[in-house]
Amino acid sequence: MKYVLMFTSQPELDAAVDPDRAQAVYKEVYEWFGTHADAISDSGAELHPVTTATTVRHDDGGPLVVDGPFNEAKEVIGGFTVVDVADMDAAVAITKTWPMLQLPGCSVEIRPMVEDYSHMEG
Amino acid sequence: MNHPADRLLAQTLREEAGPLVAGLTRRFGDFDLAEEAVQTAVVEALTTWRRDGPPERPGAWLQVAASRNALDGVRRATRQRALAHRADRPSESRSGTDERLALLFACCHPALAPDARLALTLRAVVGLTTPQIARAFLVNESTLAQRIVRAKRKIVATNIALTVPESAELRARLRDVLAVVYVMYNEGFVSSTGTTQDRDLAADAVWLAEVVAASLPHEAEAWGLAALLTIQHARAGARFDEHGVLVLLRDQDRTRWDADALAAGEDLLERAAALRSPGPYQLQAAIAACHAASPSWAATDWLQIVTLYDVLCAHDASPVVLLNRAVALAQLGPAEAERALTEVDTLGADLASYHLWHATRAELLRGLGRPEEADAANRRALGLTDNEAERRLLTTRLHRYPLSDGS
Repeated sequence: MKYVLMFTSQPELDAAVDPDRAQAVYKEVYEWFGTHADAISDSGAELHPVTTATTVRHDDGGPLVVDGPFNEAKEVIGGFTVVDVADMDAAVAITKTWPMLQLPGCSVEIRPMVEDYSHMEG
Repeated sequence: MNHPADRLLAQTLREEAGPLVAGLTRRFGDFDLAEEAVQTAVVEALTTWRRDGPPERPGAWLQVAASRNALDGVRRATRQRALAHRADRPSESRSGTDERLALLFACCHPALAPDARLALTLRAVVGLTTPQIARAFLVNESTLAQRIVRAKRKIVATNIALTVPESAELRARLRDVLAVVYVMYNEGFVSSTGTTQDRDLAADAVWLAEVVAASLPHEAEAWGLAALLTIQHARAGARFDEHGVLVLLRDQDRTRWDADALAAGEDLLERAAALRSPGPYQLQAAIAACHAASPSWAATDWLQIVTLYDVLCAHDASPVVLLNRAVALAQLGPAEAERALTEVDTLGADLASYHLWHATRAELLRGLGRPEEADAANRRALGLTDNEAERRLLTTRLHRYPLSDGS
């Protein structure tokens, strides 16, 4: 069963983290991908800061391009990865070891991936 | 009075519902389908057993009905054709108790909304119907049904497995399970006042607590909760007088306590204590046992109770625990009663909207010879509770001690 792990943080709190500490955690993140290589089916991507975000949204006059993320939440998505594990408990167990969770404001959203499209046939 | 068939059904469901849901989930690989099949069988039993009389083998009847419903469900679910093949493949079978425990852990999973955990547990593990749960908790039936549907869909979509967690996670996950059983007892207890019930939720909770403890014999808090609920339930018969008025511990007729059940509760407490890992439930059980061992309120070993509260506070220094500790402290003497009132007053910031905070202040003020302030506090308490039995108790208190100026 595949789950997408969406890594979020709060930029204000990120900025307050001591650079050496941030560097150390970042190194652990690198190692995390090695430790869980068997479970990771798609390493996903790390994203540039939310200040680079552009949103294209529905508009009556046709798609509208605007600066910024799609919502005003304090938490922003910093990246994602896909794990393929037996069940939800296994997904939670891996997620709990995500090194960034040592830093305030960081969280991980776990979402099951739709894999079975058989209900859309005929 | 309930129909005798309903009582037999309740008894049967307690034994069968959880293992049936777990077994069908294993067989068909779909928790939602399995749970729905058992729920439909329960509803069928409610009408059929009343009409035709209960079957000779109630457990087998339910099993057949639930399996048939599940197969019907699979046939209807053309979107999940693959399931029909899985159903033919027998998978590893476990004992009913293990399956029930695994199901309970899934229903109390931290990924589910807290208010859905209890409802789902009552339906899937204890075999209550949605209308029964709605009546017991005085909630809107369609809201409750939606809550249950959402939780079940989440279990299926996110693949929350019906398993007992690994040892590293067990302690934390068990805490969630025990919390649901504890709330189940208390809600069942409060809701049983006044309304007639076709299921005794409090008794179901006591039973479930014992099932959990017996399945996880090395978990002290599981035994602690079983002990606590057993002792509380043993005193249930004395908690209301013949007019339905709530009777406080100090005024209860202790001959109406169930001595056999109290002894069973003490045995459970000993099993908890033997594991030498006291936690909040075990400590509350020890306090309850201390009351149970005393022939009267006056003869109670208050020093021991205050000491137990001190240990409990180290685990859980919540305002309500501190309030209860102050009540015990006040029994030690006039100086302690003054100190207790001061401590209760400092809790006002957290508890000013809690009726028992005002009721406790009223009792302390009364004991300290300040009746006007006591009456004022009692009135505040009265204004804050909707529970009819508690309202009557507080009203009685106001009448028993009329205002000294006669107004």
